[in-house]
Amino acid sequence: MTKRILTVDDSKTMLDMLAFTLKGAGYEVLQAENGQEGLDVLAKEGHVDVIISDINMPVMGGITFIKNVRQNAAYNATPILILTTESSAAKKQEGREAGATGWIVKPFDPQKLLAVVQKVSPDF
Amino acid sequence: MDELQQFKQTFFQECEELLGDLEGNLMSMESGDFDVETLHAAFRAIHSIKGGAGAFGFERLVNFAHTFETVLDLMREDKVPADEDNVAVMLRSGDIITDLVRAAQSEDDLEPGYETETAKELAVLAQAGGAEVDDFSGDDAGDDFDDEIDGLDFNPVPAGDDDSGGGADEAQGADLSKPMESFKIRFVPTTEMLQRANEPLLLMRELKQTGNLRVNCDLKALPQLGEMDANSAYLAWEFDLDTRQGREAIDDIFEFVEGDCDLKITNLSEEGAAVEASAEPEPVVEEPTPVPTAPKEKPTEEPKAEKPPAAAPKPKPAAAPKEDAGGAPAKKAAPAASAIRVDVDKVDKLVNMVGELVITQAMLDMQSGMIPSDEYPELISGLEELAQHTRELQDSVMAIRAQPVKSVFARMPRLVREVAAKVNKKVTLKTVGENTEIDKTVIEQLGDPLTHMIRNAIDHGLEPPDEREAQGKPKEGIIVLSAEHRGGRILIEIKDDGRGINREKVLAKAIERGVVSEGAQLSDEEIDNLVFQPGFSTADEVTDLSGRGVGMDVVVRNIQNLGGRVNIRSTPGEGSTFSLTLPLTLAVLDGMVVRVGTETYVLPLANIIESLRPLAQDIHSVMGEGDVLKIRGEYIQLVYLHRHFRIPDGIANPSKGLVVIVETEGGSMVGLVVDEIVGQQQVVIKSLEENFGAIQGVAGATILGTGKVALILDVAGLKAMSDKERKGRSPKEIPASVPAAAIASSPQ
Repeated sequence: MTKRILTVDDSKTMLDMLAFTLKGAGYEVLQAENGQEGLDVLAKEGHVDVIISDINMPVMGGITFIKNVRQNAAYNATPILILTTESSAAKKQEGREAGATGWIVKPFDPQKLLAVVQKVSPDF
Repeated sequence: MDELQQFKQTFFQECEELLGDLEGNLMSMESGDFDVETLHAAFRAIHSIKGGAGAFGFERLVNFAHTFETVLDLMREDKVPADEDNVAVMLRSGDIITDLVRAAQSEDDLEPGYETETAKELAVLAQAGGAEVDDFSGDDAGDDFDDEIDGLDFNPVPAGDDDSGGGADEAQGADLSKPMESFKIRFVPTTEMLQRANEPLLLMRELKQTGNLRVNCDLKALPQLGEMDANSAYLAWEFDLDTRQGREAIDDIFEFVEGDCDLKITNLSEEGAAVEASAEPEPVVEEPTPVPTAPKEKPTEEPKAEKPPAAAPKPKPAAAPKEDAGGAPAKKAAPAASAIRVDVDKVDKLVNMVGELVITQAMLDMQSGMIPSDEYPELISGLEELAQHTRELQDSVMAIRAQPVKSVFARMPRLVREVAAKVNKKVTLKTVGENTEIDKTVIEQLGDPLTHMIRNAIDHGLEPPDEREAQGKPKEGIIVLSAEHRGGRILIEIKDDGRGINREKVLAKAIERGVVSEGAQLSDEEIDNLVFQPGFSTADEVTDLSGRGVGMDVVVRNIQNLGGRVNIRSTPGEGSTFSLTLPLTLAVLDGMVVRVGTETYVLPLANIIESLRPLAQDIHSVMGEGDVLKIRGEYIQLVYLHRHFRIPDGIANPSKGLVVIVETEGGSMVGLVVDEIVGQQQVVIKSLEENFGAIQGVAGATILGTGKVALILDVAGLKAMSDKERKGRSPKEIPASVPAAAIASSPQ
């Protein structure tokens, strides 16, 4: 079955690039431009296999978004990757405290992105 | 790579929006009216630009954005004060970011060191705020990104290619040059790790792919089934791994769980421990070391240097979140309006189709008048509904093309700063009504005229600071740029509090240039409007900003092409106001349909003041002025349409026909003599210019409900023609206001 990935980023460029890379690898891609929209998409679409989210976004940032997602039991086991240029330990830790599974550092290398997605949600 | 080009295009589009936002935020900072959210927003804009720029390898942009972002970050954390000096640096940085983006877009690199000075200022601020910043030297920075950019390949391999089938052999075969090493790994996941959706099984699979793996599971912490919580971690593992991929490969695998588990990795080969490098295909060996209860145990770690401090497992589940320390926007914030990007051509096609629909509807409406309503009541009411829905549809479609003028206004603050700095004047720009919406085409073409006029206002309108002071004015000049809807059109005003127009000087210059004949009697308004004449400049000295006599007439032409008009009001010593009125849309117009003889014309409803049938005694003939109508003590010039358009059967006597009093943008009124008023109607403007060229007095054409073509009249143009005819001052004619000779072509 095709896996679905929800991508959340306020940058259209980033969303497009993620979508292109992920779709090229056979994933179905959902998009949202901020955390609130991300929650709306989840509410509407239900199951996703992986969530990739930016941290700095208007309306609702990534940290709050992840906390909200994790509060829903349905997404307890959904891997969430944070996507950020801030590769500092503090940001990663903040993301992890909120419930993020891992992180991708922007700008991402498409192969690395896919490798990380595979890592948290491999095909068997 | 095509995709890359496409992403770049998206990126630059996005940058435009972000830069617009940034400018707005910086302006708020400059005015001192801002809060931490303004800083957040500015930070996000720069951050997004940096993110995209990094992906495309725009290193200069990335480097500058990085430093800029660092300072904004410190500012929002109150580590760098947002005082006047620092905000000035922010403003300059905003300008430079804009230039860098433009340079990246045009692939036209800026001269080396262009941004260095400002970048240094930023670096100083960043250091003052306690951030570590590389010394900025323009060319060598950006190393962070090199690795990632090299070999960026957007043609990914399909997922699932690296199936775990090959296992150890395959992985080991990858790099035989590295020595085979043996590791002992003790791994005790915490409940938190599981709550973050990290799955121990996946980690083991990964480990297995790096070499020969033996797994020993420790069940000692596992409680009785009844006491077991499905969401808690009870298991611990010991792995023996023989691999050629080195310690880094193992660290990579555990990267995401570091700090969420007790992890101890021991390199047995390094320690010279008993195990030889050769892989032993023996069954799992029972480990002598007893394993204590799993999750609560303090880690006996051998940590990596940058390991985060929170390595100790926390019993508190992550599912009970604390408040976001980063000060993220409030949860209750209204969801952002979602938007889609649509090709403008598609919208234009839609606009055009709706235009045709309006014509068809008008035709049906006219035909329905001939149907007896008591015989076909449903048909009649259906047609009425159609009329209403057509109108709504039209409004909605027009609204798609409408955009706030903000996008143009946002470019002006920078212009003001630059021009003011060049001419050594202090200027504050105030903008009002930025959210006023107007057709996209109009917005796009508004930039140049506004630039000219603002430049002009600063250079000519405002006095130098000392002169202002001598007059008791504040040193700082004020320019107000405003937009508002007025009567179906948009009114944009540029108002300065400068010296106003020197009418004597203007008139003298006009006479000298032969624009006006000597001794001509001109009203103040007429004199003011002389500045729009081609080749007219009163600046004694030509500066490199304005005063070369090109400009104002270009402004007028641009605005006219949009179906708009320019007007100026000025009070000596108090300032000048330039007003632009523009149609909200270029495609439709509310019109009054009038008949002259056998011909039908459309008058823009916005121009019409009133219509009346005058008494014969109120019509007077004035020498050299033609006929005038006396109404409420005022005299209004009459223009006979049948004469203008040479229609033989038009009514010549106004007291037998009708006079429609219209106002030109200059404020002067004219009475148009017509036979009768047919009705009021929305008309779709079709350009005459496209096929026939501009005709004075005619703004365009339209198709009426009857299917007949009617000309749309241009009131100011008609007045000008009539003046010319009467006074015979042909080449030196001064229109009281600038005629809109043509309306821009309807979207095709």
